[in-house]
Amino acid sequence: MTLLRNDTAAPGREQSRPGRRPAWWSARRRDRLAGYLFIAPQLVGMILFVLLPLGLMFWYSFHDWNVLAGGFTFSGTENYERLAQDPALPGVLGATAAFSVGLVALNLSLALVLAILLNQKLRGTIVFRTIFFSPVAVTLVAWTIVWRFLLQDDGGINGLLSTLGVEGPNWLRGETTAMIAVVVVQVLKNVGLNMVLFLAALQGVPKELYEASTIDGANAWIRFRRITMPMISPTILLTSIITVVGSLQVFAQIDVLTSGGPGTSTTVLVYYLYQNAFQFHDFGYGAALSVLLFAIVLVLTVIQWQMRRKWVVHED
Amino acid sequence: MKYTRLLLAAAAAAPLALAACGGESDDGPVTLRMTTWSASEDHLAMLNEIADAYIADNPEVEAIEFDPLAFEGYTSTLTTQIAGDNAPDLAWILENSAPDFVSSGALVPLSETLSETEGYEYDDLIPAATELWRQDDELYAYPFSTSPFGVFVNNDLLAEAGQPTAAELIASGEWTWERVVEAGAAVHAATGSDGIVIRDFDYTGWDNLSTLWTGWGASAWSEDGAECGFDDPEMTEALTFMHDAVFAQEAMPGPGTTADFFAGEAAMTVTQISRAGLLAEAPFGWDLVPLPAGPAGEYSVIGQGGLGVLTVAPHPEEAADFLAYMTSPENSAKLAQYFPPPRESQLTAEVLGQANPLLTPEQLQTVVIDRIDAGVVKPSHTGQAQLDQAVRAALDPLWTADADVPAVLAELCTAIDPLLAQ
Repeated sequence: MTLLRNDTAAPGREQSRPGRRPAWWSARRRDRLAGYLFIAPQLVGMILFVLLPLGLMFWYSFHDWNVLAGGFTFSGTENYERLAQDPALPGVLGATAAFSVGLVALNLSLALVLAILLNQKLRGTIVFRTIFFSPVAVTLVAWTIVWRFLLQDDGGINGLLSTLGVEGPNWLRGETTAMIAVVVVQVLKNVGLNMVLFLAALQGVPKELYEASTIDGANAWIRFRRITMPMISPTILLTSIITVVGSLQVFAQIDVLTSGGPGTSTTVLVYYLYQNAFQFHDFGYGAALSVLLFAIVLVLTVIQWQMRRKWVVHED
Repeated sequence: MKYTRLLLAAAAAAPLALAACGGESDDGPVTLRMTTWSASEDHLAMLNEIADAYIADNPEVEAIEFDPLAFEGYTSTLTTQIAGDNAPDLAWILENSAPDFVSSGALVPLSETLSETEGYEYDDLIPAATELWRQDDELYAYPFSTSPFGVFVNNDLLAEAGQPTAAELIASGEWTWERVVEAGAAVHAATGSDGIVIRDFDYTGWDNLSTLWTGWGASAWSEDGAECGFDDPEMTEALTFMHDAVFAQEAMPGPGTTADFFAGEAAMTVTQISRAGLLAEAPFGWDLVPLPAGPAGEYSVIGQGGLGVLTVAPHPEEAADFLAYMTSPENSAKLAQYFPPPRESQLTAEVLGQANPLLTPEQLQTVVIDRIDAGVVKPSHTGQAQLDQAVRAALDPLWTADADVPAVLAELCTAIDPLLAQ
């Protein structure tokens, strides 16, 4: 509002006091300058740490860059041709898809169930909310290292199972169990965040809707299906986009828990990218893999955004 | 008041302007930076002492900074610094990265600088120790640490299981892998502790298994690096032996289990002498002996660390001069406190004993000095990082109780053949 007032007053002031300052130094320009200065730190940060690296990533992907040999030569689409023929890539994409699907399905469903349970007016819910949210505040690597010890063959999980008379598998050494372990460790780390978002959405659903539907004879399932789900659908969209994008960026958990193994069963795209760029010193191909990851994230986000028209009831 | 908002905005943006200022001039004395994978205070104190003495006599160098990087991911961090135009002047280089660094032109040739340095005694360097760091007779890095692998033994655990000590087995000519695994299995059965641990293998660091398979005359690939050796009969026999030791005899800890010899959790461990320091306050009786003999007889395996000057270093000439100073006979003797030197004249029990008071002259003689000349260096190849990853992934199926060893090894060769051919 202040800006608008200044805008309208500026010409008059300029006309009434000519010569006190240059004509171009109007209140409107002053306000604009102030605006630009306010956003400058964020803008410069965005340019330096997001847009510039993004541009450089595309640039590097068209080059053969071997750090040790000191070579940086334009190679056209060579890295992309290699991408298309890379025999390891289908397995890597498969592991990425398995991880993402497992993570998104488990995370969202568990977060929603926890949010519904903790939305009840019962004693102790605040304690449970804190318990489920607290892993979000824990350092990711510390969390993962503790889980690595728990998941070892002679670790805490199998120790617990053995007291129940069950012989647990060697979690991080079996191809399927390793993937399950990585997904579960990641879900337990972050489910609290989605749970809080769902909880906030659930508490925003007007009580009158439930009262009216109860009077009309709707049972608990129908109330959930016909009222709760549509009313929290914007939050479902938000959490699903955040979780899908997050699932494609998983790195530290893989590095600490499995290093991509056993075999290559947990080598997801980001980890493969890291291996190529930082372990195999092939930054050009690593950049091409980054472009592929960027494209996948972009496409999935656009699809989810478009799909909102079908199942997001309101976007208030 | 009308300028208040503008002033606030300017204040918000001020840090950017400040950040844009800075930088330093290249004129005048230079500062050298060297990366290491040791953050040991003792190591750094010794390096700083050598650096201070150099700076006192060389005014063109005003400071030498030692920059310890984490051992895990050391080479990745180093190459990232190079890629980010922030290369150090000198760097420690792991033996498994040696072929990549030496063959790529990433390192400054050192032969001329070293041989022309007064009093350097270039010919004193042992050829077997420098081989990995040479190309076409040109030396690209100085192997500052050349350390054979040996076996640390917990005599108390062996006695508890009714087994003879390592010294007794050596005396009776029974110090063989077969007997070692038998003793390890007995320890596991009698005490629940693990028998023998190949340290740092942990079912990922497979190159440490060369301390075992060399005893069968096996090698990861042919000498010229072109042919896979994992499907050779010697390798199949060696890894079948190891598979049995893990899963049938339970003499070695299985995948996903940990046992620290130095905490008294295992009877024997294969590692380098530099770990002896961990036994300073060991509550058990211990010994250090050479690797056991395999079917192919006695052998030794050495691990190395190299020191090189990077071609993209900010000050390569000054760095090469400092390297010559740091590795001169006088300073090499100081380095020998912690790292077995590649100099013939300094490989004596007396020199090594100064730094390893926990080890007897006999232990140093039999494990280190007698074994360096004939030592086989751990496997390394150009494109080592890719090979390392490929071999690890292909070996994973071997570490299950019902694994078909020859089939896994044949698959492994199929996986790495294209990489060896590069």
